[in-house]
Amino acid sequence: MSNYGVGLVIVLYLSMLFVIAYVAEKNKRSKWTNNPYVYTLSLAVYCTAWTYYGSVGIASSSGISFLAIYLGPVLAMPLWIVLMKKVIRISKQHKISSIADFISIRYGNNRQLGALVTLTCLFAIIPYISLQLKAVSETFSLISAKGSYQSTGFFDDSTFYIALLIAVFVAFYGTLSTDTSEHRKGIVATVALESILKLCFFLAIGVYVVFYLFDGTTDIYEQASLRENFDQLTTFGGLGNGFNWLFTICLSFFAIFLLPRQFHVAVVENDNENHLRKAIWLFPLYLLLFNLFVISIAWAGNIRLDAAVNHDYYSLLLPLQQSDYGLAVMVFIGGFTTVISMIVVSTLALSTMVSNNIVIPYGFIKTLVEGNPEENAKRIKNIRRISIFLLIIVAYFFYIRFSVQLSLYSIGLISFLIIAQLAPSFFLGLTWRRGTARAAETGMLVGLAIVFYTIFLPVISNIARPNVDVLTEGLFGYAWFKPAQTFGFYYLSPESNAFLWSMAFNTLSFVAFSLNTKGNYRERNYAEMFVNHENYGNLQEGGFIWKGEAYVADIKRLLNRFLGEQRTNRALQLFNRKYNISETEERADARLINFSEKLLTGSIGSASAKILLASVSKETPISLVEVLHILEESKETKANNKLLQEKSNELAAMAQQLKLVNEELRIQDKLKDEFLDTVAHELKTPVTSIKAASEVLEDSDMPSELRTKFLKNINKDSDRLDTLIRNILDLEKLSGNRTELEMDDYDMSDTIQKAIHGVEQIASKKGVSIKFSKKQNVFARYDEDRILQVLTNLLSNSLKFTEPQTGKIKILLEELEAEVSVIVKDNGRGIPEEDKDYIFDKFYQSKNQNIKKPQGSGLGLAICKKIVESHSGTISVDNHYKKGAVIRFSIPKEQ
Amino acid sequence: MKQKKILIVDDEPNILMSLEYAFKKKDFEVFIARDGTEAIEISNREKPNLILLDIMMPEMDGYETLKQVKDNEDLAHTKIVFLSAKSKEKDIEKGLKMGADRYLTKPFSMKKVISEIEELLA
Repeated sequence: MSNYGVGLVIVLYLSMLFVIAYVAEKNKRSKWTNNPYVYTLSLAVYCTAWTYYGSVGIASSSGISFLAIYLGPVLAMPLWIVLMKKVIRISKQHKISSIADFISIRYGNNRQLGALVTLTCLFAIIPYISLQLKAVSETFSLISAKGSYQSTGFFDDSTFYIALLIAVFVAFYGTLSTDTSEHRKGIVATVALESILKLCFFLAIGVYVVFYLFDGTTDIYEQASLRENFDQLTTFGGLGNGFNWLFTICLSFFAIFLLPRQFHVAVVENDNENHLRKAIWLFPLYLLLFNLFVISIAWAGNIRLDAAVNHDYYSLLLPLQQSDYGLAVMVFIGGFTTVISMIVVSTLALSTMVSNNIVIPYGFIKTLVEGNPEENAKRIKNIRRISIFLLIIVAYFFYIRFSVQLSLYSIGLISFLIIAQLAPSFFLGLTWRRGTARAAETGMLVGLAIVFYTIFLPVISNIARPNVDVLTEGLFGYAWFKPAQTFGFYYLSPESNAFLWSMAFNTLSFVAFSLNTKGNYRERNYAEMFVNHENYGNLQEGGFIWKGEAYVADIKRLLNRFLGEQRTNRALQLFNRKYNISETEERADARLINFSEKLLTGSIGSASAKILLASVSKETPISLVEVLHILEESKETKANNKLLQEKSNELAAMAQQLKLVNEELRIQDKLKDEFLDTVAHELKTPVTSIKAASEVLEDSDMPSELRTKFLKNINKDSDRLDTLIRNILDLEKLSGNRTELEMDDYDMSDTIQKAIHGVEQIASKKGVSIKFSKKQNVFARYDEDRILQVLTNLLSNSLKFTEPQTGKIKILLEELEAEVSVIVKDNGRGIPEEDKDYIFDKFYQSKNQNIKKPQGSGLGLAICKKIVESHSGTISVDNHYKKGAVIRFSIPKEQ
Repeated sequence: MKQKKILIVDDEPNILMSLEYAFKKKDFEVFIARDGTEAIEISNREKPNLILLDIMMPEMDGYETLKQVKDNEDLAHTKIVFLSAKSKEKDIEKGLKMGADRYLTKPFSMKKVISEIEELLA
């Protein structure tokens, strides 16, 4: 096929990508671009030319070891549902736009660390990109039948133009928005489509090889088994090979998280964390399908093709050998597509990192601060576009200069190896609070140094001085320091050897430094946010410990420069509303600083955002003591809160009590009113009687016997009045506990006898009998006059309520261990059921207030109760006795 | 002129005694009752021109007695005067509202009670 024909196909294909990207950008919110399938397919950017061509090469020479690179991701995927979800959430909240941002923010938004991660990524990925270019160039040569892989100068090298076209594509669709944390749907859509294409094309060539060139897999197996190195291709090999497998799996496990392009599609472009659920099974399935025919194609190539050709390109050479040009072009386009998606996403991710973590924070920050929003947006975009072009051009020159001798597989592995140096700071940073920025930097540098020593030193020394001792005899002549067989581990492949030692020392340094250095407050703050992301909501703005002075106006001016006035105002409005901050607030607090930092991070990266905010705020570093103090304060506040809570509970209980007391008082007040009413009424009756009688007595015609009667009545009513007044005073005295009891030891029998004696006359007049079975020596300590008053009262009541002649009153005296009880029992009309609870109340009258008691003051029982209670005794009505009234009172023997 | 019939109802015998003597002296035909039940019985029999009624009495109180008297059409012309120790404003209001012609309070002046009643029956 002619050079121009292939070129035309490439141009047509690239134009198609532009159109698709355009359509996808137009339909940003459509479900065609926002679904778990697109997400999963975009993850398949993992499969590069290394997969498309390189796997076959490895399978043809070293058997199934190519699979290890896919087992890592397969093993990692189930973990995504937990780990990746966490990473995605953190990234969304911090507007993180690259792995460099992620790691540097975790360690307190450390500018230096961000730059180091970026450099590490450049170091790892640029050779990888050049490898992709190499694959395009080589396959281009194969398909256009030029016969030679090498081109003479880059202006007549088609690869150079292809690279430029890719750069234009990325520069255009990758920088539509200044905010790098915004999604680039156009690019993601093309990557997803490319993932479908490369899989379909690869499966197609597999089917072609297995079922067209051969008679199924069995046929290939039988033919291949006749070849001499077949055993080696189908077994694992020894212990060393086992370790090689293990380490390669580990490498790819890390790579699926850490490769900039993977981080970009998996985290930055993720628009719904639920997509992960589909991805964790669909992506491994994709990888499985991709590897379905690798061995068959490899063996078929071994059987059919000359051993001298590049094994990597069996899938292209097999159809070419059969002159199936259409199929060959298809395979070429499949490979090309693979390369494009990898380069596009990689350069996009890298350019973001370069601009946000190196160029802006280290060079352009001043210019940007002085510029206006439109200029700034333009400048930032230009920085990114230039980075994209530079990256691809550097990769191209790297390919021209170095990558000729290296296979896809080995460059891929080295790239993974370098990226893996981010693993300790990434994974431990997510799970361990203690990790610090210095530890992360040190670990990374140590790891990189070891990778350089074990992998690159041999290559470089090979080029510089082919017979140098280092390789065969080790550094300074020590065999233990042989780069490829460090510490005498001779059975590992160079890559596994490098992985083992770099990771070991990287992790060790990280842990050791973390344990020995304390991060500043910023680092610890972010560490808490990353590790304890469940608690994130509380921590992200409110939990930020920041001390210093800043003004809202300054921050607003700063935001204006990058976001424009409209966006700034909207964002600040939302912020104020969220935290209920007044619009007129002049001083900025930690929350606003943190919020603004996040807003700016999207545009210029976290490092620059931090620098910018530091420029408008006078931040005073917080010493450890102060941090502790702040923590202590919050602890104190918590304790105070607890105390307050307790106090408030107490107050509530007290209020409840007060309410009860109040209610009680109200009742008391009402009772008092009623009492006074009743007293007035009770006093009025004898007064009325006296007054009426004395008026009648004015009549001089009155017969003398009638006159005597009226005079007697007056006398009786006066007595009644007197008794009433005495009782009232008595009761009041007893209520106020103002009476001094004259306590002495008395025999209760004697007291009862005295009481009976007092009422005997009235009783015999009425014909009521009083019985008391005398019991001697029942001593108790009491005020005899008072107890006598009680007894007389009870006896009077009984006399009042019993029928004349048939009435019977019985007094019982009971002696208990500590108290003496007296029971007065009669056969009178008894106490109505509903009254039993109230008869001891002052002036108690039956429910019907208008019904008068037969006689008496209505205070008798109330007085009795007071007296008994002042002796610490009790008085009660027997509720069960129906044939009369039974009242019992008890007083303790000793007071 | 026909002798006016007056029924005096009170549970206090001493008060009752004084009133009975005073009204007899004024040439009334006096009936006395110690409680509401007795008062209704006598009213129905004698159809007095006026009932002098205490309020706070056992069994049937003054209010209830008044109600029953008012319910009896035969007693439509019988005037009712409360004579009670309940002397608060609201008690007086209540008594008059229930249909009493006068409300007199205890302790009372005998002369005043007699003059009020004579005025009422004139």
